[in-house]
Amino acid sequence: MSLLELDGVKVHFPIKKGVLFDRTVGHVYAVDGVSLKVEAGETYGLVGESGCGKTTLGRSVLRLVDITEGSVVLDGTDLAKLPNEEMRRFRRRLQMVFQDPLGSLNPRQNIESILSEGMVAHGIGKNQEERREKIKAILERVGLPSNALARYPHEFSGGQRQRIGIARALVLEPDVIICDEPVSALDVSIQAQVVNLLEELQEELGLTYLVIAHDLAVVRHISDVIGVMYLGSLVEEAPSDTLYAEPKHPYTKALMSAVPVPDPEVEDRRERILLTGDLPSPANPPTGCRFHTRCPWAQAEKCATERPELKDVGGGHRVACHYTAEIASGELAPTRPTGIEAVTETEDALVKPAEGEAEVPAALLPADSTTKPDAPAVKEKVPAAAETPGDPAADAVAKDQDAATPEASGKGPAGTD
Amino acid sequence: MSLLTVDELTVTFGGRGRKESRAVDGVSFEVDQGQVVGLVGESGCGKSVTSLALMGLLPDKGVTVGGRAEFDGTDLFTMNPSARRDLRGSKMAMIFQDPLSSLNPVVPIGVQVTEILERHRGMKGEAARKEAAHLLDRVGIPDPTRRLKEYPHQLSGGMRQRALIAMAVACAPSLLIADEPTTALDVTIQAQILELLKELVDQEGTALLMITHDLGVVAGICDQVNVLYAGKAVESAGRRELFAHPTHPYTHGLLGSIPRLDAPRGESLKPIRGSINDRVAWADGCAFAPRCDRYEMGCLTGTPQLAEPRAAGHQVRCVNPVLDDAKAEEVPA
Repeated sequence: MSLLELDGVKVHFPIKKGVLFDRTVGHVYAVDGVSLKVEAGETYGLVGESGCGKTTLGRSVLRLVDITEGSVVLDGTDLAKLPNEEMRRFRRRLQMVFQDPLGSLNPRQNIESILSEGMVAHGIGKNQEERREKIKAILERVGLPSNALARYPHEFSGGQRQRIGIARALVLEPDVIICDEPVSALDVSIQAQVVNLLEELQEELGLTYLVIAHDLAVVRHISDVIGVMYLGSLVEEAPSDTLYAEPKHPYTKALMSAVPVPDPEVEDRRERILLTGDLPSPANPPTGCRFHTRCPWAQAEKCATERPELKDVGGGHRVACHYTAEIASGELAPTRPTGIEAVTETEDALVKPAEGEAEVPAALLPADSTTKPDAPAVKEKVPAAAETPGDPAADAVAKDQDAATPEASGKGPAGTD
Repeated sequence: MSLLTVDELTVTFGGRGRKESRAVDGVSFEVDQGQVVGLVGESGCGKSVTSLALMGLLPDKGVTVGGRAEFDGTDLFTMNPSARRDLRGSKMAMIFQDPLSSLNPVVPIGVQVTEILERHRGMKGEAARKEAAHLLDRVGIPDPTRRLKEYPHQLSGGMRQRALIAMAVACAPSLLIADEPTTALDVTIQAQILELLKELVDQEGTALLMITHDLGVVAGICDQVNVLYAGKAVESAGRRELFAHPTHPYTHGLLGSIPRLDAPRGESLKPIRGSINDRVAWADGCAFAPRCDRYEMGCLTGTPQLAEPRAAGHQVRCVNPVLDDAKAEEVPA
């Protein structure tokens, strides 16, 4: 059995309105049904862009946010159902390293006080002497000088502060450490130091990590298994080598192709899949596949109506897409532009520049926008997504189509949020 | 002649009884028409201060700017302030890192864009509004006429950055300075913005000075790269040359610290030890020496000079540069 198992975890935040009655008018579907397993001694990496719910999921494991539905089982105990006091005691075994090393350390507490607070709360160490000894040992382990004890967070550099955060988790001897963007606030040279430290600690202490990060390269480097999240749910999960070698979900493909590689040879050769627009609002997620509004391979059937389940495609590789096989075999071609035309659709204006006005390059001048033809590929999207009931972006587009500027909505609702 | 020539730029903060701190310590580079030049480095290397100095956005008091910066034949640091105001926003424009704090939160996007058109292109009323809508459309903001009436908080991060870019290109500048234009954005949005910038450079011949900490971004977009450390350029080369043969130990270390998406797994990263706080003053020797694996006695005897130990046009400021590629080739392309 796995050490940590999440089954159908949902975290919905109510949207309240009104002064007197505090009516709930809707929900933000931050995490919307995530099931995953973390094996003991392994690292599970959770990637996704901002707003995909990865942080909320991490916090829900520690019950720092209320779980709406589903279960979080650590070593046979369902944390979602534990009474608060028992949960508090359970947190010794589940610790978290936060993203912002300065913001998560109390500026008016010295390091000894910060690190012993958790130990006192969990009754570790008989007296302060004993605790201090232990703290010293851990500080040395994470590479901080022992004179750090009496110093305050502001006296340390960013990398050192993150080490303090890691030490704070370690003093309680946890089984699982949840690292929420552990290195994103650090410079690259320091990032590598902290990544290496996390790896060494895992090897020595047999720790289990749930690493949450937006940087795919970092996650791939430290994780055994990677889960890719989009808008509150997992779209793909695979051992990290497999995920890189053959990403199957269109979103994973796009994400991978967008990560810059520090090598001009690679950068020049590779093909980018550019997505249109931004992440839809999690308060009003698209129906069907959450990704269909931006998916270059979106089909007229199924995608907008039926929500795909995570299906095993062999080798521990799970994908939530209706057309995994067809996309992999090349049977389905992208139905939307994936190159630069996905970013700006004013090529027509650029290729045939407007005349006159000498001192300004013509492409930057107003091409007569009412006559600007839409790219045909773009036109197709509008009806497909306008079917989406309750999608505010789609509504907005519909409204604009009534208004005097129909061509303005040509980019489809995917881009309007 | 180059569009922008920066020669021995220095920026010093403090003074007048307070401890002086030199943020930029003699940086020289050139930017040609249609060229993308990168300034790369970690926090505290002086890359942002360089851009602010070039734009003339540093405060008058408490800062001393030295050296020379020539833009299109005129010296930026000696020209009169009103001429410089005319230049700023029209001929040279800047894209800032944090789009939310660079936009005025209480003024609609449209007013902020038309302000530039009114100031520099003398447009008014309906014409300015129409042009603003076109600019937003140009940078890929859907439904521009509606967006013009909206406030910055109503736009997503990527959209705000696009609005900033629209403002920067409003007067078709010949030089665009982009200070970490994609750092605050998600990777898929970053890819969109980078493509957009590339397109602007290709089609308008705009020169782009790209300031970033991300070597991946540099590899994708820059023609010429300057690596800065503690206020000085330590290595400068064309991007292919730089990434194929990183010669300064710092550049070498940076590339070794970055986990690569396409590298085989299981290799541990080779971080640079210490932090930027462990440095010596450039006047006494190489600022990077305390963190350097190739440190030798000669490193702390005076400022190392830029030399070309490997190839012409590949400048390196190091007395003990990495000249064998064996180490660099551990990571297969």
